[in-house]
Amino acid sequence: MQLKINGNYVSVEPKPGEMLVDLLRERLGLTGVKVGCNESECGACTVIVNGEPVLSCTYPSAKAAGKEVWTIEGLASLSPVHLSTGAEQEDLLRGLHPLQQAFVLYGAVQCGFCIPGQLMTAHALLSRNPNPTQADIRYALKDTLCRCAGYPTIERAILAAAEALRTGKPVKPPSIPASHMPLEVIGTIQVRPDAVEKVTGEAVYTDDLKFPGMLHGRVKRAGIPHGILRRLDVSKARALPGVAAVLTAEDIPGERYHGLVIFDWPTLVGIGERVRYVGDSVAIVAAESREIASQALDLIEAEYELLEPICDPVAARSPDAPAIHPQGNLLKHIKVRKGDVEQGFAESEVVLEHTFHTAFTDHAFIEPECSIARPTEDGRMEVYVGSQIPYADRNQVARALGWPEERVRVIGQLMGGGFGGKEDIMGQIHAALLANAVGRPVKLLFDRHESLLVHPKRHATQIRVKMGARRDGTLVAVETELYGDTGAYASLGEKVMTRATTHSTGPYEMPHVRADCYAMYTNNPPAGAFRGFGVTQSAFAIESMMDMLAEKLGLDRVEIRRKNALKVGSVTNTGQYLDESVGLRECIDRVIAEMDRLIGQGGDPAARFASRSVPGAPHLRRAWGFAVAFKNTGLGGGAPDKASAEVELFADGSLEVRTSSAELGQGLVTVLRMIVAQEFNQPPSKVKVLVMDTDLTPDGGPTTASRQTYVSGNAALYAARTLRQAIASTLAEKYDVPPEQVRFVEGLAQVNGLSLPLGEVVAAMRAEGREPRALYEYWAPATSPLGTGGKMHFAYSFAAQAAEVEVNTRTGETRVLRVIAANDVGRALNPLGLQGQVEGGVVMGMGNALTEHFIVENGRVFTDRLARYRIPSIIQTPEIISIVVEHPTAEGPYGAKGVGEIVSIPTTPAITNAIYNAVGVRVDSLPVDQEKILLALQNAP
Amino acid sequence: MPVWEKYILAASLQEALEAAANAPGTARFIAGGTDLLLDLQQGRHPPVHTLIDITALAETTALEIRSDELFIGAAVPLSRIVHSPVVMEHAQALAEASALIGGPQVRNTATLGGNVCHALPAADGSIALLALNASAEIAGRNGCRRAPLGELFLGPGRSALDPRAELLTGFYLPLKSSGQASAHRRVMRPQGVAIAILNMAIWLARQDDLIQDIRIAVGPAGPKPLRAVQAEDFLRGKPYRQETIAQSLDLLLAEARFRTSPHRASAEYRRRLAGVLLEDALQAAWQRAGILSGRQGTDRS
Repeated sequence: MQLKINGNYVSVEPKPGEMLVDLLRERLGLTGVKVGCNESECGACTVIVNGEPVLSCTYPSAKAAGKEVWTIEGLASLSPVHLSTGAEQEDLLRGLHPLQQAFVLYGAVQCGFCIPGQLMTAHALLSRNPNPTQADIRYALKDTLCRCAGYPTIERAILAAAEALRTGKPVKPPSIPASHMPLEVIGTIQVRPDAVEKVTGEAVYTDDLKFPGMLHGRVKRAGIPHGILRRLDVSKARALPGVAAVLTAEDIPGERYHGLVIFDWPTLVGIGERVRYVGDSVAIVAAESREIASQALDLIEAEYELLEPICDPVAARSPDAPAIHPQGNLLKHIKVRKGDVEQGFAESEVVLEHTFHTAFTDHAFIEPECSIARPTEDGRMEVYVGSQIPYADRNQVARALGWPEERVRVIGQLMGGGFGGKEDIMGQIHAALLANAVGRPVKLLFDRHESLLVHPKRHATQIRVKMGARRDGTLVAVETELYGDTGAYASLGEKVMTRATTHSTGPYEMPHVRADCYAMYTNNPPAGAFRGFGVTQSAFAIESMMDMLAEKLGLDRVEIRRKNALKVGSVTNTGQYLDESVGLRECIDRVIAEMDRLIGQGGDPAARFASRSVPGAPHLRRAWGFAVAFKNTGLGGGAPDKASAEVELFADGSLEVRTSSAELGQGLVTVLRMIVAQEFNQPPSKVKVLVMDTDLTPDGGPTTASRQTYVSGNAALYAARTLRQAIASTLAEKYDVPPEQVRFVEGLAQVNGLSLPLGEVVAAMRAEGREPRALYEYWAPATSPLGTGGKMHFAYSFAAQAAEVEVNTRTGETRVLRVIAANDVGRALNPLGLQGQVEGGVVMGMGNALTEHFIVENGRVFTDRLARYRIPSIIQTPEIISIVVEHPTAEGPYGAKGVGEIVSIPTTPAITNAIYNAVGVRVDSLPVDQEKILLALQNAP
Repeated sequence: MPVWEKYILAASLQEALEAAANAPGTARFIAGGTDLLLDLQQGRHPPVHTLIDITALAETTALEIRSDELFIGAAVPLSRIVHSPVVMEHAQALAEASALIGGPQVRNTATLGGNVCHALPAADGSIALLALNASAEIAGRNGCRRAPLGELFLGPGRSALDPRAELLTGFYLPLKSSGQASAHRRVMRPQGVAIAILNMAIWLARQDDLIQDIRIAVGPAGPKPLRAVQAEDFLRGKPYRQETIAQSLDLLLAEARFRTSPHRASAEYRRRLAGVLLEDALQAAWQRAGILSGRQGTDRS
């Protein structure tokens, strides 16, 4: 058949069973087209066929015969005008389509994986509607999902591009407030270093890589939640033509268990061993094609002795529950103790108690997991993977191979979203075992189904809160009891549930606390890290309770929070004295001020949260709800928290900063670049960033716990300063001046009125036998373990949010209209990236409240396709008003602390509190169920 | 094994029917393939030898008025239906229903024929067509026949068409006369599968203050898309009044078999929504019919 692709005629014969996306990606090398779900749900694979956007994952290639296809790779050539964009970005954006330019300038690009689909969908829209409204954009992009949830920026970028296309004028830059205390680079608006490649389709994610001789790996999953593997016959699979290897547990040369903290996760379950969840692996296959590998899986015969699954953490703690792991079902009993709660309740004038439930949720990053292992000629193993912890991957892969760590090199690739879900081992070890066995590269790609079944989720929890207060609202005692379902394996369950527990009494002062958490193993999929790290769950419980308490006492819900809010000088529930950087009250005040401005009721506290009907639609009730939160920055609890970074100066005057820390879309690379540019007083474009390579970049530690800006940021900062000092001392010696007289300005070092191109310093340093680079290992301030009463965390971020909802009292349907979010981030280093984090965090928090429900029944996953697990779309995105609060923390780089998680945490309780305010139904179980709301409303007395 | 061996882009109806009859293994007609391709990929449908694409046929892609009827080809993409002025004019419920099926990209390939052939009891397209009294045109090797839409459904996911010998080519809908109008409404939930918890389409003819004639289709209210004939019979010839509608709801609830579907909706919730949709769809259709016959009321929907 013949078809026209990106303006060129192509002759190609369709293959049996081939979809257009396979033709484009696999045979024509157009890897800008992405596969996120392969089930018509996510829109990442959108291409334009005969002028209309279609999903290439469910479009037979044969159907494209004679048609005209455009992919992201051809978008720039469709630009009717080549617009200048102003001096600063001129070079960067030259030749791009205005849509691409606008996406870069507006910060619409985060992880980038959905961007080709967004751009092509948007292009099709503008082709038929050059002047779209916000509603038109939302209608057209409804099913083009972005898990970073850059929806507001995507919308603004499309509007700006449309205007540029209509007027022929350059794309208008976005109006985003800079930091309140901007420096030359820090705190100013800067585009991502990887933004351009992400809008042209040139950005390479793991599945875009191909190596000569590469095989395709697949994993035989147990498919049962609990049992003993009794028989395993892989002989038929081994005999299938095209199969290069089938490995089972006995073929693992090294350690057979892996894990991030506790090595309890079998890489392959052996005969006579226990299957603990449906995603457990029993055999792995490498074959010449993915189809053959899949066929081989069907030929593997496995027999199990079925055991009754343990399906919830409360049941798992029962004394007669069978033990899932040798040491029992209790992963950890976590305790927080302060004062004497019994005395506290006795002294309280009001005591409330309520139990809340939260569901499992899935990260649903649009890029599914993919690992490629490649044996090298010198006997090493390279692992290409998008991973949040490259050095932990290296360690775990090496352990399984029985090799020293240095023999393994993890080469991190761009990540299409992580959110905590790419911290654990998924295919890395399996790919390496197969590659090692056959001596060829092996790609192991999860499809969406496998991704949903296998990787760790957000913990489902049961949280009971008992709260005692005085009549004036002063909190006296809080007792919490949490059950966390950590599923089959520990992953980061202990850490997550520790955070849930220490944050379970909210960002408040109180003399008496008793918190007990039981992190329990069950036969559900494992639970681990997920943006919010346990605090998402406990904030829902405690913030619901704060509203219930305010109502019970007849007090203003804002005042009661303000009154008890942590402040400088407070002692937390774990006994930590807060000596700085507690911006909670400012967050509260700023949100309320903005609410009052929007409502225009002259600041009447009763009016703020009143239920209102919608004119002309009396069945629709609207109200605002309010919630606050805090979240630690960094590992804390006595864990050594360090990161290394290296900064190098090159002869062309450019700089490079290197650390293994992970870029998962959140914008670390921008922050690192800005820090080094700031320290050398250079334009950011002069600074390259290399991350996630265990051979080339020093260990930045795990990308988790909102720690990268602070910890790796400081490593980069001090590495830059160390190099700057080394350069200064070289020049000082050479020109015989004190080092402090050496200055750095754009591209130059200045000594004694003499200007020297920065690149020339390289030669000067080398002449002295010095290398023009500096490595710095930064150790974050020491923390103390829980229970010791010291500094549990070196910094906390704070937030307040107000959400306005509309509830349909005839159907129970609920939507979020507006969210005001104030976040104390210490200092906004990268305001454009921060905005993306805030908006994305709010939308993810809204998903947690309204749309997301990962359902496991009797250990079996019901939500095993993206069609059954819904993440928010642009249609559901509320208007988001972001307020940046900056209470610097002394040790943070320029005062910054964590951002990535705090932005998402108060959203859920702000929404559920708003639902209560609107219609009087208290949601105590997530997600919000419209049916329950309706039945509660209609059954109300 | 690939999920299909051969993909034929049929150039004529004859070629399509012959290809189906002569395929060496199983053969399936395919239009947008929205459901079929996923079923094949995800193993819910066994691999087939031949897929016969019917999206390039003149017979299946026409959308036009043919004497006193509106013809909509089975392979017309939903996006074309959504934006078609004649569909809006004569079958507004179908325009509304089509805009709710899938997402924007899916609607560029998905077809009305596919929506009907999939035979789900709450398919928005089927529900709207049923209320609009559509008939199906079916091509076989011995020529074309017409059948009332309801006859195409055997049960959930089971179509009455012979997959080897019969090809659904399109739908005929009566043209609208003065005083007639239609509307489609549905309720979804934000979690889980994007299938309506409940949907309803209503066509009515209005004469002054009387509901002269009415058709109500609702789903999922049984194994097949349901016409609520008892409610229709009750409402026919009666004035448009709240209490009349409330009484007809009782009849609808008696004939609809609402059940509890796990993770989607309880039967009880569906029963309550049925009242909401009946009121809303009826009101929308009533007002539209009023405007079109020059009667009072504005279309607030």
